[in-house]
Amino acid sequence: MKEKIEEKLRAAFGDGIVSVVDFKGELAVEVKRDRIVEVCKFLKEDPELDFSYLSDVCGADMMNFEDASSRKAYLAIEHEHRPEQVPIEERFLVVYQLTSFKNKAKLRLKVKVDGDNPVCPSVTSVHKAADWYERESYDMYGITFEGHPDLRRIYMPEEFEYSPLRKDFPLMGIPGSIPLPRK
Amino acid sequence: MATLSEEKQNVSSTGSFGQILKALEDKDTNVIMEDPLENYMVLNMGPQHPATHGVLRLLIKLDGETVVDCLPDLGYLHRGYEKIAEASTYFEFIPHTDRLDYISPLANNVAYVLAVEKIAGVEAPPRAQYIRVMAAELARISSHLMAIGSMALDVGAITVFLWAFREREKLYDVFDLLTGVRFTTSYTRIGGVAQDITDETKQAIKKFLDEFPKNLDEMKRMLNRNRIFLGRTVGIGVIDGKTAVEIGFSGPNLRASGVDYDVRTFSPYLVYDQLSFDVITEKNGDCFSRYMVRMREMEESVKLVLQALEKIPQGPIKVDMPKQVLPKKERVYTKMEELIHDFVIVNDGVHPPVGDCYVATEGSKGELGFYIISDGSGQPWRLKIRSPSFCNLQALPILLKGQMISDIVAIIGSIDPIMGEADK
Repeated sequence: MKEKIEEKLRAAFGDGIVSVVDFKGELAVEVKRDRIVEVCKFLKEDPELDFSYLSDVCGADMMNFEDASSRKAYLAIEHEHRPEQVPIEERFLVVYQLTSFKNKAKLRLKVKVDGDNPVCPSVTSVHKAADWYERESYDMYGITFEGHPDLRRIYMPEEFEYSPLRKDFPLMGIPGSIPLPRK
Repeated sequence: MATLSEEKQNVSSTGSFGQILKALEDKDTNVIMEDPLENYMVLNMGPQHPATHGVLRLLIKLDGETVVDCLPDLGYLHRGYEKIAEASTYFEFIPHTDRLDYISPLANNVAYVLAVEKIAGVEAPPRAQYIRVMAAELARISSHLMAIGSMALDVGAITVFLWAFREREKLYDVFDLLTGVRFTTSYTRIGGVAQDITDETKQAIKKFLDEFPKNLDEMKRMLNRNRIFLGRTVGIGVIDGKTAVEIGFSGPNLRASGVDYDVRTFSPYLVYDQLSFDVITEKNGDCFSRYMVRMREMEESVKLVLQALEKIPQGPIKVDMPKQVLPKKERVYTKMEELIHDFVIVNDGVHPPVGDCYVATEGSKGELGFYIISDGSGQPWRLKIRSPSFCNLQALPILLKGQMISDIVAIIGSIDPIMGEADK
């Protein structure tokens, strides 16, 4: 099944597919950012593959991922020790977990998103379920999903300015960032 | 008589008011008006509302008593567990999983350690796997009892709620024997479980399972043909299979719409492939189907636990991998090497290889998945919780559209959201 998925994707999208990794028995395909909607649509509508169920969409901040020793520096606990915002290319990952009921298979798609201008096409036109998942990623990482019908924060209050799951957001939070309710 | 009809004619010539009056006189007609007051009423429900099962807030747009639109507002219980996970070791995060779906903490414990074990390349010994299956299935019974009890309470049947809680109380006594605590269990460990199942516990489980089907039948007799209950649930909040898949439904809710997606058979984990059970589906996709799926699933869970009790093998409850798995406590106190390992594992943790993996399990609410990105250190680089309650709640506006205001509580009860899980 895995070979078939890879073969079909490569045949249909050519260099739109960046890499295919099989780790711990799970297939992960990295896709170019502007092709993700097409790839999702293809996977959903191809009668043999039938990846019609979107289990999850999540973001991830891969800032300085390779350099694990610097990790502690970025896990700043207090506000004063917060590192400077370091915009890097391809800082964020957006990960899609797809499920095919017909083939009893799971597939992971990944898209790299720029750190300076985090924009990613929305897959809500293909999978309705992506609505809230993308709102969550927008809330937690500040990734803007283009074409999303209702892109608002989902957990944090609308006035909140930061993206709490970014690596440069301190674990303790930022004092005063959440306003207390007026009396 | 003549004057009345004359008046009627006069009134009807004045336009819409005349129409209304005419319709009121003629009892058999219904008049459908294009928004007579030219505005809708917006009703705020929650976050402090007993029928929202926690802190769910809904903004409901009403046309009279009919729901036109609904906007769920989440985040009142957001505690940032995904951020906490990035700052704690893999072991330290186990107690936090109890607080996700606090109705069935054991199922979360199992799901989380399965994800860590997969990425770290650890496999629990068979005895531990059987214990985990039992724990997860008992948690499912406990969760479904809560779901049915509170749903029945929401539509007015208080007795069933009390009966369900009586059964849950017995279950908590079993959990007490099994794990040492009643609520926040933190029972599983990476590579096994915290403590072995004793004969006393086995007997307690057996005793519970012997009595439970009879008590469940009582509850069924109370509800299955209860006219009020049927009137409140049949044909209410209907969602068809295709829409349910598209919107991300999972678990009992999806199976009530006729889609037989159950992670236990879809990609069997633990020892589910060695146990026999049926995947319960219903066709109608309404509140009553969702209730029936839960009722029937509890019977399957009873079957599963009974089989597991019979088949459980002897052997260790933790795998022998000293670099990844915590040693026995009594050995930590007496042996130097184990003390060092205990210290290193607790402070630094398991070091899975660099990579990522997603493990889905069938939690009591649906597909409960953990996605871990590891950077090779003792703490996860990213831990994403795919919480079924969050995904199920997304369908709420679809389910509510066109329903009566009094059905809102029945529909919320039937999709069984737990806000601790939905808000993370």
